[in-house]
Amino acid sequence: MKKLILTTAALALTAGIASADGHGKTVRMGTEGAYAPWNFVNDAGEIDGFERELGDELCKRAKLTCEWVKNDWDSIIPNLVSGNYDTIIAGMSITPERDEVIDFTQAYTPPDPSAYVAMSADVEVEGGVIAAQATTIQAAFVAEQGWTLVEFATPDETVAAVKNGEADAVLADKSFLDTVAGTDGLVMLERMEQIGGGVGMGVRESDQELKATFDAAIQSMKDDGTLNAMIAKWEVASQW
Amino acid sequence: MFSYCSDPSTLDGLTWLSCYLTTGKHMGLYVSVVTVLVLLAVTAPVALLFGFAGAASARSRIAPLRWFGKAYTAIVRGVPDIAFFLFFVIALDQGFEWIRHKILCSDWDQPIRQGSDFVVCDAAKLPLSSSPQWVHETYGFLLAVLTFAIVFGAFAANVLFGAMRAVPRAQMETAEAYGMSHRQAFWRIMVPQMWVYALPGLSNLWMVLIKATPLLFLLGVEDIVYWARELGGTKNARFTDYPHGDWRMWYFLALLVFYLAFTKVSEIVLDKIMKKLTHGQATAAGEAQRKAAA
Repeated sequence: MKKLILTTAALALTAGIASADGHGKTVRMGTEGAYAPWNFVNDAGEIDGFERELGDELCKRAKLTCEWVKNDWDSIIPNLVSGNYDTIIAGMSITPERDEVIDFTQAYTPPDPSAYVAMSADVEVEGGVIAAQATTIQAAFVAEQGWTLVEFATPDETVAAVKNGEADAVLADKSFLDTVAGTDGLVMLERMEQIGGGVGMGVRESDQELKATFDAAIQSMKDDGTLNAMIAKWEVASQW
Repeated sequence: MFSYCSDPSTLDGLTWLSCYLTTGKHMGLYVSVVTVLVLLAVTAPVALLFGFAGAASARSRIAPLRWFGKAYTAIVRGVPDIAFFLFFVIALDQGFEWIRHKILCSDWDQPIRQGSDFVVCDAAKLPLSSSPQWVHETYGFLLAVLTFAIVFGAFAANVLFGAMRAVPRAQMETAEAYGMSHRQAFWRIMVPQMWVYALPGLSNLWMVLIKATPLLFLLGVEDIVYWARELGGTKNARFTDYPHGDWRMWYFLALLVFYLAFTKVSEIVLDKIMKKLTHGQATAAGEAQRKAAA
């Protein structure tokens, strides 16, 4: 009888280990959920968008279980390094400043120009009042130029600032502005700015294993063309 | 939610609205209202407890305890809330994980601090990264309660400290004359009488606490202001079945009504408590109550 119990216990234990292995590691994906078409919250209240689809596919290829986490843009890097989640997948451009604090996988979208949206096509951006989301490459760019910068916590508020006249124009990723240009009298300006180095996933610097896993998964999606198809479907960037 | 909601673009008027207001996203808003109410209900007593402990230790005759009480009220009141919420909570979380790491993973050979990274073994993670999202949210919620309690406890400590001093000295002298010990006089004479002096200050704190809940989102807990901003923002037809323009004004108007109603209810309740506390007290209001009854 004793032996029987022991065997059952041993079986249960190994079964537990086996299922834990088959399940794969759980990776928590941090995103903002306010930057359509990259990432946004859909009608059902779930995270949706290009990066949701991309992230789920990457996790499938890397055989990882992924859990999605929403986090404010302002505290998205501090919460990564302190371990509240394991990756940032939030349309984050790879910049040297960010690279000092965290590491990036290889880019999953190529470097794309940033665009302006204003209430009329003949707005002079130089020396004007420009709205941008706080701690983005666009905000850094405007500050560098010495123009008047007004910063907002969310992308939505930057556009609202142009509509109510608080700012002359908003500078942001072209794909995001594509979703608002043409509505409520907003027009996209001809002028573009070539800033940023492509968008990649952010991981902790100590997490080289995870970085390598996602690098390989992104490479495999680049190689078989599924990444380009996904970019085309969501109209987020130019293709590879 | 309802069966007729499958194609909202064909609906209009109230039917459309009934579908719109019952989307999964709006459910998130409704849940966050409950979250905020629960947070307030849990935080207020805990903060009061912190405040009482702080005030009592600031009056202590034991010097180190007195220094601690004074330092707690002075430092925490001086640090901006947002700085407290961005840095203190992360430090607190890391402190917990560090302790668990020391206990659970004694054979770990890598440094915990690697540059700006904080790395503990998987078993020491709090909560475990494999646990479901609601566990993470509950943990964030509890961290929020603790942080709110520490911050508002410091303010409450200051209020209670002042209230304790406001109890007429003659009352304490009488207690001593009756032969009560220091402890007995504190619990039987001072504590029951101090609330009437503390309540105006505490009710102010309660009102500030009600409005401080948007700080929750810094901890990853979605509060009502987050949802109002998210739901009210311009929605493009490409990404939703319910496209609309900038409706933030309406959502914030609803928030305004919610907060005002909440404040009004609080005021009524606090007034009632004040009346109760004043009863039989050696204050002007207590005297007026006695005369009116006579």
